[in-house]
Amino acid sequence: MYGVMIALLPALLVSFYYFGLGSVIVCLTSVAACVFFEWAINKFVLGNERNSILDGSAALTGLLLGFNLPSNLPIWIIIIGALFAIGVAKMSFGGLGCNIFNPALVGRAALLVAFPAQMTTWPKVGQLGAYVDVETGATPLALMKEAIKSGDASVLNQLPDATALLLGNHPDGAGALGEICALALLLGLAYMLWKKIITWHIPVSIIGTVFVFSGLLHLINPAYADPCTVILTGGLMLGAIFMATDYVTSPMTAKGQLIYGVAIGFLTVVIRNWGSYPEGMSFAILIMNAFTPLINTYIKPKRFGEVPAKQ
Amino acid sequence: MNIRTFRIGGVHPEENKLTHEVATKVAALPKQAIFPLSQHIGAPTKPVVQKGDKVKVGTMIAEAGGFVSAPIFSSVSGTVFKIDTAIDATGYRKPVIIINVEGDEWEESIDRSTKLELVKDHPELTPEEIVSRIKNAGVVGMGGACFPTFIKLTPPPTAKAECVIINAVECEPYITADYRLMMEHADEILVGLELLMKGAKVTRGYIGIETNKPAAIELLTKKAAEKFTNSDYQVEVVPLAQRYPQGGEKQLVDAVIRRQVPAPPAIPVNVGAIVQNVGTAFAVYEAVMKNKPLFERYTTVTGKKLANPGNFLVRMGTPMKDLIDACGGMPEGDNKLLAGGPMMGKALTSVEVPICKGTNSVTILSGDDARRKEPQPCIRCAKCVGACPMGLEPYLLAKLSDVKNWERAEREDIVSCIECGSCQFTCPAHRPLLDNIRQGKATVMGIIRNRNAKK
Repeated sequence: MYGVMIALLPALLVSFYYFGLGSVIVCLTSVAACVFFEWAINKFVLGNERNSILDGSAALTGLLLGFNLPSNLPIWIIIIGALFAIGVAKMSFGGLGCNIFNPALVGRAALLVAFPAQMTTWPKVGQLGAYVDVETGATPLALMKEAIKSGDASVLNQLPDATALLLGNHPDGAGALGEICALALLLGLAYMLWKKIITWHIPVSIIGTVFVFSGLLHLINPAYADPCTVILTGGLMLGAIFMATDYVTSPMTAKGQLIYGVAIGFLTVVIRNWGSYPEGMSFAILIMNAFTPLINTYIKPKRFGEVPAKQ
Repeated sequence: MNIRTFRIGGVHPEENKLTHEVATKVAALPKQAIFPLSQHIGAPTKPVVQKGDKVKVGTMIAEAGGFVSAPIFSSVSGTVFKIDTAIDATGYRKPVIIINVEGDEWEESIDRSTKLELVKDHPELTPEEIVSRIKNAGVVGMGGACFPTFIKLTPPPTAKAECVIINAVECEPYITADYRLMMEHADEILVGLELLMKGAKVTRGYIGIETNKPAAIELLTKKAAEKFTNSDYQVEVVPLAQRYPQGGEKQLVDAVIRRQVPAPPAIPVNVGAIVQNVGTAFAVYEAVMKNKPLFERYTTVTGKKLANPGNFLVRMGTPMKDLIDACGGMPEGDNKLLAGGPMMGKALTSVEVPICKGTNSVTILSGDDARRKEPQPCIRCAKCVGACPMGLEPYLLAKLSDVKNWERAEREDIVSCIECGSCQFTCPAHRPLLDNIRQGKATVMGIIRNRNAKK
């Protein structure tokens, strides 16, 4: 848990740099609310003697939930999100290790449905002293959607270039506070791979699938954005590196993880291009979370002795 | 140099080979020696002595109790004190023969000289004669499993042996008994290998050693080249990359000859390999060439807090307490006493448990090493799945055993588990995976046996 938090540090610092006060308030509220709900439900609802807040899982959920929110989201909405994440998605299934769906994503999805307006207006970067009252703009993903709807590839010219996306230096609306700088998230990935917290299977299969699938679409019709831009925008990196790799809700075997990753990548592109929301990452992960038990039942590791003898 | 290893899973526990360079000492004779009647896999032995009988070193005191069984010989001279029960390594009271030690008088038939006997000087040693001498001397696998050696040398007609692999891996942390044996008795081990190859009617032999024992690799490579070049046998010393559980029979076969033994009931000889521990090779040499039954062995007595850990040539039946005292006594504070190493060793309930045929080590873990950490919920991180050398899913098997879903546990191949403990070692939540799986495996194997018996 704490290893993952260290891996999230670069992205957290970048979000402070671009969003300032708003980012600090959203992250702190989210973490505090998640830890509080974990503690309160353990103590007053479940009556557990040993409380699980020190294992860091609730704080991590809080941090990831915060990363998925716009930096101008009011505190009370964040608290409702935290209640959904910890209360509904995690504790009602039995707490740590028992949940089917990624708690932070359930929190985000619940807020997206309940507060669509607040959850889809994204502040522009660089308004360091402001919180709720900020100037907002359209995200790159919204522009992409517009290009597909209108069939007019020239809309895509307004997209920031790949370097800006990598660094998170968006001129217009940026997106959720944790997802804007792909480079910081990739640093986190490198750290987690180095520390063997996760394996490469899930992130690589998701990003690879999205790249190939959207690359094909781009070749057929240039109104679909080019694949480099696609993998650097929205919550793709955040989702592929930190959300889909959640131990509890992802498959156990390398083969299962590849199936899971490819399916998430595929669903993401489908939802992004043809669904009603501009971003499909979180829904794709939640859908595949539901398939994880099935994957675990049918995809087995290669047993010793099943390899044909090599002479 | 081409360094091989097995292909699935594995972990890297801390080595802690404290006694690598401590030369072997001969342990003092005990005052009283205790011989459990069951020291091997298979049927327990039947006593052939009675209270008051006089025995010598090397006198048979219990005969094989079935086909899969091995006789037990006295390691001391003296008087049978009683046939009773005593706590053994399982933690239960089991039947034992207790002998009061008087002097040290050996059976005359045993050749006590240190002259190296060579196979070529003994034309009377046909394969059948070799197997019969091994059987009569009570030799069993010395690596810990204690499977009677003669059975391994006479495979069922459905399988054909192609090579003998000497297991000199010693991948278990702390233990150095096999290493010391190799450094001190390399010639005898090679003769033992030749006997095993001749007994099994094969001409190819391998000695698998992990690269953390470079001196042993060098010594045996040199001696094997001297001995087997221009002979009927091809023997190769195979250096293996360090990785636990390489000393597991199936892992070793995979590492050395790149063949994987299928799921149970298949055994290594189904892919042509007969695996014998280096201690067994030495015991075979002594049994065949010196007419000396199996009654003493190399054992490491070790522990970080132990004043003088060491390697000992021990007469079986010696209580562990005697050896621990010879190393400076039990350390202060909390200790955990293990027969074997920290990965696969069994925790003991008494220091009076005797050294048996399979006791390769007496390990004392002290302080925090002796305590288990509090288990946390499983978060399905899949580290156990990656570590399992058999390609199983330990988290699932442990859970199925816990909820007693035996049908599903059998379908998930619980009987393939080799109980190496890699899963439990690697679990970041300190879950007792192996404890649960062991219980589940034993139950499922019982169910399978009953089902087969009814057929």
